[in-house]
Amino acid sequence: MTTTVSTPIAVPAKPRHRRRSSPYPTWFLLPAAIVYGILFLIPTFASLYFSLTRWTLFNSSFIGLDNFVAFFEEPFLIQGVVNTIIFALLTCALKVVFGLGLAVLLTSQIHARGLLRSVVFFPVLVSTVGVGIAFTAMMHPTDGIINAGLGLLGIKGPGWLTNPSLAIYSVAFVEVWRGVGLATVIFIAGIVSIPQDYYEAARIDGATGWERFVYITLPLSRPAMVTVVILSFIHGLRNFELVWAMTRGGPGFASDVLASVIYKQYQAGFYGLSTAGNVVLFVLIAAMAVPLYLYLNRKEGHQ
Amino acid sequence: MTRSNFPAVLLGGTAVGLLALGAGAASAQDTVNLTLLIDNSADTVALTEQLVADFEARNPNIDIEIETRPGGGEGDNIVKTRLATGQMTDIFLYNSGSLLQALAPSQTLVPLTDQPFLDRVLDSFESTVTSGGDVYGVPVQTAMGGGILYNRDIYEELDLEIPMTWDAFMANNATIAEAGYVPVIQTYRDTWTSQLFVLADFYNVLAEEPDFAERYTANEAKYATSDAALEGFRHLAEVHEAGYMNEDFGAATYDDGLRMLSTGEGAHYPMLTFAIAAIEATYPENLDSVGFFAQPGSDPEINGLTTWMPAALYVPKTTSHPEEAMAFLDFVASVDGCNAITEAVGATGPYLVEGCDLPSDVPAATADMLPYFEEDGRTAPALEFLSPVKGPTLEQLTVEVGSGIRSPEDAAALYDQDVERQAQQLGLEGW
Repeated sequence: MTTTVSTPIAVPAKPRHRRRSSPYPTWFLLPAAIVYGILFLIPTFASLYFSLTRWTLFNSSFIGLDNFVAFFEEPFLIQGVVNTIIFALLTCALKVVFGLGLAVLLTSQIHARGLLRSVVFFPVLVSTVGVGIAFTAMMHPTDGIINAGLGLLGIKGPGWLTNPSLAIYSVAFVEVWRGVGLATVIFIAGIVSIPQDYYEAARIDGATGWERFVYITLPLSRPAMVTVVILSFIHGLRNFELVWAMTRGGPGFASDVLASVIYKQYQAGFYGLSTAGNVVLFVLIAAMAVPLYLYLNRKEGHQ
Repeated sequence: MTRSNFPAVLLGGTAVGLLALGAGAASAQDTVNLTLLIDNSADTVALTEQLVADFEARNPNIDIEIETRPGGGEGDNIVKTRLATGQMTDIFLYNSGSLLQALAPSQTLVPLTDQPFLDRVLDSFESTVTSGGDVYGVPVQTAMGGGILYNRDIYEELDLEIPMTWDAFMANNATIAEAGYVPVIQTYRDTWTSQLFVLADFYNVLAEEPDFAERYTANEAKYATSDAALEGFRHLAEVHEAGYMNEDFGAATYDDGLRMLSTGEGAHYPMLTFAIAAIEATYPENLDSVGFFAQPGSDPEINGLTTWMPAALYVPKTTSHPEEAMAFLDFVASVDGCNAITEAVGATGPYLVEGCDLPSDVPAATADMLPYFEEDGRTAPALEFLSPVKGPTLEQLTVEVGSGIRSPEDAAALYDQDVERQAQQLGLEGW
């Protein structure tokens, strides 16, 4: 009797209890918490403090919000912000278009598909700075291979990186070349996971290839699209390596982005000011990326 | 050795420590290892290796290991970060003048004021490595001039004369352009090279406004409002507007510039004379084709050279071998040290150590520069040795002026604005 009574009570109680608490003691979290605290939390709060000081690395004096005032008064900040947004939007859009196109191509029945997939992905594996230096040489106004090739066709190529109104677009183009492989791989994963049944059903109904793309591939690869848009947009906003390797923000300030403005302030020894710039950059990226993420994911939920 | 073994003794226990000490006791215990951080330019590396080799030959118990770092802003960062975190080498090479002040020398460096070898260092140099009454460095290499390096072969071929005024310089450029050479070489891939027309004009600025530097430090004189100071920016714009620059000026590097100058592709390259050592290192066969003259101003009667002081060796407070480090500084600031440098990279200007004479056969460009130093009143230090105020964006602004993106007046005004932050960072009065 007692056993039959006690078991129905005890059995459901046990898993409920077990689900709530981990089998491991809480102090198992301690090593990770210490590492996270030392490497992330403390620097984050220290940077918030130092952004309010005039800091020479050797000593600092508290100056309130003066750094933020100075940062927003920076004469080249507007140019940097505009360039950052141009760069992020342009690279993001082109990566989606080319990435999706390549993914559709590379999931179709073509020859040497495996090889082509590798070729598209290769640039992602190469160091960004290496890519930047290689393209800088190719984009040299007189000796570069691009203008030499155009010269053979009788076209006088522009100074890709030395023309102030062209430089940021040249860098964006290289970023697309470098990053489109990753976008393609994400799109391929998205397209491959679409059940073949939909395509068969559509084929039976007489849908054309274009219709299958627009009504099946495009909507059903939305999760992949969201990932690509978010990743490449954030990457574009905080882009630095490629700009620095190719133009150092030049000529003059023509291809400066936010991150290179901040880095130059850091190089000049204005440590407090550049820390304030980083706080601004962090807030700016969060302010753009979080709503974008929420918007794109909400739509996905309605599908 | 001692420094790297210290944690091993603590962690590995006494047995390991004793083994290590026992093994090293006979041969290595007397040897002191020093580290030395220098910039990675070809001539600095060559002359430092020679200095270290000669020093080690005299001091077999001291072993110096050379580390290199990039130059420019990146190098500044490395030096500041390593000093601030206590990771600096036993000795390091760094600029004198305004850049040194940003290292907070009184907190980070060992003062040399009581060292006997300082008596051999010329006063004109000592003042550029002094902070708060203490001297911190000894000079490496020679005093330099900022002006125009020119190709002597082109000058000879076109029968040109050294210009004594800016107008004569522009007239020479016109002749050179007609003959199909590049009149003025500009290399904006290395942005720092774009500043020379502005910085090397400072002799002419001082000739017109002798108190410019003091008033500049006190936030009274400005580039944008001083006609004399604006002239340098205007010169740069004139050269661009006249189309006298090499076609790839926006993408060319400092090394490209040296090649074009020494091989006779271009006639003029505004530059510091340390380039003579670099030409000797990379294009030795063309060294005699390169000459030098000071940047001319408006008045033919006033013609002189803007001078730069060389970099210096400093000892950080964190060193564990201050005595051995001082021994190396003692050697560098001696006649033997000068001779080692001359042997490695040739003589590029007058030394700043007493008793150091130049050999009779100096490169042509050096010979062109020496007369300025020998006559009274024909040299003036660059602004960065008279005032701690130097803004970081000058090189971007001069690239803009030289590329025709911005007017000289706008650039000068923006530079004045830029300088303000630097002065505030240094905590100067009146800003």
